[in-house]
Amino acid sequence: MEEVLFFVSALGALGGALGVIAMRNPFYSVLALIVHLFSLASLFLLLTSAFVAAAQVVVYAGAVMVLYVFVVAYVGGGGESAWEPIPGQRLLAPLLGIALFVELSIAVLSSSLLALGTDGPDVPAGFGDPAAIGRLLLEKFLVPFEAASILLLLAAVGAIVLASNRRENEEAR
Amino acid sequence: MTTEWFVVLSALLFATGAMGILIRRSPMVILLCLELMLNAGNLALVAFSRMVGNGQGQVFAVIVMVVAACEVVVGLGLIVAIFRRRLPLNVDDLRELRG
Repeated sequence: MEEVLFFVSALGALGGALGVIAMRNPFYSVLALIVHLFSLASLFLLLTSAFVAAAQVVVYAGAVMVLYVFVVAYVGGGGESAWEPIPGQRLLAPLLGIALFVELSIAVLSSSLLALGTDGPDVPAGFGDPAAIGRLLLEKFLVPFEAASILLLLAAVGAIVLASNRRENEEAR
Repeated sequence: MTTEWFVVLSALLFATGAMGILIRRSPMVILLCLELMLNAGNLALVAFSRMVGNGQGQVFAVIVMVVAACEVVVGLGLIVAIFRRRLPLNVDDLRELRG
């Protein structure tokens, strides 16, 4: 059962990822990324991390993707030119990607982490649920938590400043 | 499923995202590929957190999610600003900062 769920989710995640880079229209790329994110959320559930899975669905598939859809609708999905600044870039890139994958796999699988071939230790029932993560965030990791909130505020202000229509405002004055 | 499977899948997704950044020209799709790479990193973090049996890796994954959201917001703001100034939305044409 667990294996079936893993392979279905893994296929969904990989298919979504390939869809993102293969679709010509950016709108379809965004939709493929939503498939990818939902598959990833079910993988997180398999790893008994319910809070991360919920945050993945609510924050990513819910909020961030809506932002993407709006910006794609505003900017419009223009087709990409076939011109290549580096000759053979589209042939070379998949080869480099495969090389990166092989390298990463060798690096991980030949490491001396003995627990890699196990399912991990048995964890208590509340492992990874919102209560456990919340306790960690507000007790042990309070400073990173506050730093993340300041970062979010700065990013929101920065995005408004970047995207505001300053030129029109100056003309109106 | 053992941790190896999850980590290899994460490596595969990361390589896919990196490949997308090399292939695509539109800054919007490049942002999406960055998301793919960050999510692959998240998957590895959560898998290792399960392997060790310690929830602290999941906190790390949540913080990565926050940083990814910030990056998306600023990136999309830049894309809207580029679009407003009627510049081409193509990373090969937007190379003035290269000097």
